[in-house]
Amino acid sequence: MREPLIFQHSRSGRSAVAQYPHGEKADVPAALRRKQPPNLPEVSELQAVRHFTRLSQLNFSIDTHFYPLGSCTMKYNPRACNQNAMLPEFLSRHPLGPDSAGQGFLSCMYELQEMLKEVTGMKGVSLTPMAGAQGEFAGVAMIRAYHKARGDLQRTEIICPDAAHGTNPATATMCGCSVIEIPSLPSGDIDFEALKKAVGPKTAGIMLTNPSTLGVFERRIEEVARVVHEAGGLLYYDGANLNAILGKVRPGDMGFDVIHMNLHKTFSTPHGGGGPGSGAVGVNQRLLPFMPVPVVGKEGDRYRWLDERDLPQTIGRLSAFMGNAGVLLRAYVYMRMLGRAGMQRVAEFSALNANYMLARLKQAGFDAAYPDRRASHEFIITMKRQAKELGVNAMDFAKRLLDYGFHAPTTYFPLLVPECLLIEPTETESKQEIDAFIDALIAIEKEALEDAAKVKGAPYTLPVRRLDDVRAAKQLDLTYQERSG
Amino acid sequence: MPFIPHTDTDVKEMLAAIGAPAIDSLFDEIPASLRIQSLAGIPEALTEMEVNRLMQSRAQRDGRPLNFIGAGAYEHHIPAAVWAIVTRGEFYSAYTPYQAEASQGTLQLLYEYQTMMASLTGMQVSNASLYDGASALAEACLMAVRANRKSKSARILVPTTVNPTYLEVSRAIAEGQQLTFETVAYTPGTGTTAASAFNAYSGQDITAVVIQHPNFFGLLEDVDAITDWAHANGALVIAVVNPMSLAILKPPGEWGAKGVDVVVGDGQPFGVPLSSGGPNFGFMTTRMEHVRQMPGRIIGRTVDLDGKPGFTLTLQAREQHIRRSKATSNICTNQGLLVTAGTIYMSLLGASGLEQVASTCQRRTSELVAALTKVKGVKLAFAGPRFHEAVLQLDRKVSDVIEALASRGIIGGFDLSRRYPELGNALLVCATETRTDEDIAAYAKALAEVLK
Repeated sequence: MREPLIFQHSRSGRSAVAQYPHGEKADVPAALRRKQPPNLPEVSELQAVRHFTRLSQLNFSIDTHFYPLGSCTMKYNPRACNQNAMLPEFLSRHPLGPDSAGQGFLSCMYELQEMLKEVTGMKGVSLTPMAGAQGEFAGVAMIRAYHKARGDLQRTEIICPDAAHGTNPATATMCGCSVIEIPSLPSGDIDFEALKKAVGPKTAGIMLTNPSTLGVFERRIEEVARVVHEAGGLLYYDGANLNAILGKVRPGDMGFDVIHMNLHKTFSTPHGGGGPGSGAVGVNQRLLPFMPVPVVGKEGDRYRWLDERDLPQTIGRLSAFMGNAGVLLRAYVYMRMLGRAGMQRVAEFSALNANYMLARLKQAGFDAAYPDRRASHEFIITMKRQAKELGVNAMDFAKRLLDYGFHAPTTYFPLLVPECLLIEPTETESKQEIDAFIDALIAIEKEALEDAAKVKGAPYTLPVRRLDDVRAAKQLDLTYQERSG
Repeated sequence: MPFIPHTDTDVKEMLAAIGAPAIDSLFDEIPASLRIQSLAGIPEALTEMEVNRLMQSRAQRDGRPLNFIGAGAYEHHIPAAVWAIVTRGEFYSAYTPYQAEASQGTLQLLYEYQTMMASLTGMQVSNASLYDGASALAEACLMAVRANRKSKSARILVPTTVNPTYLEVSRAIAEGQQLTFETVAYTPGTGTTAASAFNAYSGQDITAVVIQHPNFFGLLEDVDAITDWAHANGALVIAVVNPMSLAILKPPGEWGAKGVDVVVGDGQPFGVPLSSGGPNFGFMTTRMEHVRQMPGRIIGRTVDLDGKPGFTLTLQAREQHIRRSKATSNICTNQGLLVTAGTIYMSLLGASGLEQVASTCQRRTSELVAALTKVKGVKLAFAGPRFHEAVLQLDRKVSDVIEALASRGIIGGFDLSRRYPELGNALLVCATETRTDEDIAAYAKALAEVLK
């Protein structure tokens, strides 16, 4: 199925006039007035609705397909979260309205802060970062601010394991730090000896994901925390994999000083085709003064925004208002619906699903990257052998899975495992769905044995076949050049 | 169990396949000393019916007062079709289009969005969005440092008529990379920035000049002269614009002799509800020559194996998952769902519909100013041409007036007195196409009571 561009539906003089306000003329000095109208389509309301509905149908999504994209936690997004965040009173609330006119909204935000403190074991939470990467930025900026406030100006090095998300080193650079990379051991744990050598008087901190992107828990985390703290550095927890441990172990108890959470992963707010995310940060006692503002405070039974006047050492503001408020409301509703026991079930059943998939795939002859380890909520299989023996690589498996009606796992990340598929089923998938996915992988391997070209040519059943990415980057076509109608 | 599909039989079979005695044993690699048994501080689960009641009561507590604030977030009519489509699961619950073949809907929509935004701003290319307008400005300043190779100073000039929060956010995000921001004062009588105010910097190494238009007071700036001054002095120009205003105002690509270099702003006026300030979407457009310095996702049209057209993420070599510590930004997500809303909104309104909305907003604000300045103790601070916001000066403390209006069901405006103490008791007000004659009359009546 294909769909023309909206501009190709357009005809001069057509409009969705029910959406126009009653006619007025603008009063703009001639030198500042627009001369030629922008190239926007001229379509009827039905044409627009049909066009965008058809576009939606070209997507895979959680609501339509199993989506085991590792490190992304593509779990079910309960509809009640959306419905409640979109109550008309919440939608029409202006962000700069007085606190007295927003007590209902502020109470939700305050309670969300409190619940996130509880599940992470931290002492303070700021909800303002608008995505995981911004949460990371806030975290590292707080670490920098902490050292600066102590006059410890030489601490500019951030340590990252080689398995870290690309955002970790990119964030360190944005904060004016240099990056020291340390390797992982064949077991999946970080190289503790290398860490001991890396820390010193220049260490600002370490950024860790635990369980790591290798799908295993860092077993020596207490010693890691001790070594980094003794060297004068702080520990940053990348919350990408918080789903794996929710209610089982808390980053604050592991010794982390600062954490970001991806509410669009662990707390099930929508991924929306690539955003909005939401990257709330949690801090321990020593970083409390540096939190990004605003934060919701409670005085008696009144809620109010705390800003630069309340937190004079803050790292500042990261968004025009207070972050992705509507996303935060969805996370709040989700947490209230899960409740205390439901939080722990998130970790339990995501771990059950991942370990079950790993066990069955190993049994079927696939190669686990860390065969002797427990899976966290995700795990890695490597297609190195299939790539060498059959000429069918991880990307070929991924593309062929699309024909079988499954979204592909994460491919070629983490970078240090060759030909890898990082698979994260999440707790909301049933055994039937998981079994069907495993059967599909087994069937594709059989296809690869019999007719490698068939797998390499996949997908066949989607709106397009494999795209020419080289041409996309060389012959840049980023906008439609013909004018509408 | 909420949202968990497993039956007891499933669990037994799965544990047997794993060879584990119980689910708890799956956590046996975590040091026992760190394990917790329960989350005492989390309340018990609510059913959907219970949570609906709870949220409705919270929402009702806030009610739906009549809103007259803009200051970066604007109340516009949102066609019913916009969010009916945005919340379709296929858009709502998809992720970043890494698997292009399974994401053509999102990718084509983003390509259409890029086309619309580039044209609206008068530039050549657009990215697929950033978080919000404020962080987009921060990213634009960082981008300008990369793009302006002749400049070594990383100095950015920012008029004080730029949204002060945007400047704060830019400082918080960009100062870690040694950018410095210097403010340029507006002319007290006009509320706008004179091009001559930049003369103090003539001949110095300036990386970029920021111009917000309409400015934070809602006034139209002398964009041509400031743009030309910047280019004559080797600086790039970053425009901060309200996209709605571009339906009637000359696009930044046509400012001055050469047009600006980067355009950013917040896309919220296009189909995104106020919702306490987020999620919105930031936009960024630029010249083709700077495309490789632009942060964020970019979508390109290409062909597939059969030569048929299709869409894909492109220029990924700029990004963090490839370049890691050398990336143009740590940005990973865009605001895809809000861009979906914005694209559907622009499609439904078209150029003439947007012009109609923008013109009506301007007219409504003029009517609001006329009605409010008739109230004793209220005067207009700046008389020049404006879009849809205006600064009023009151004869008493603004925060008290705002509270008194709120108790009458009116959100009266944004208090400027903390950010702009030189303006005295200054209130920034806004009326969009959603405010009727009755609404404006109700505000004037309430204000007269409060100031009596």
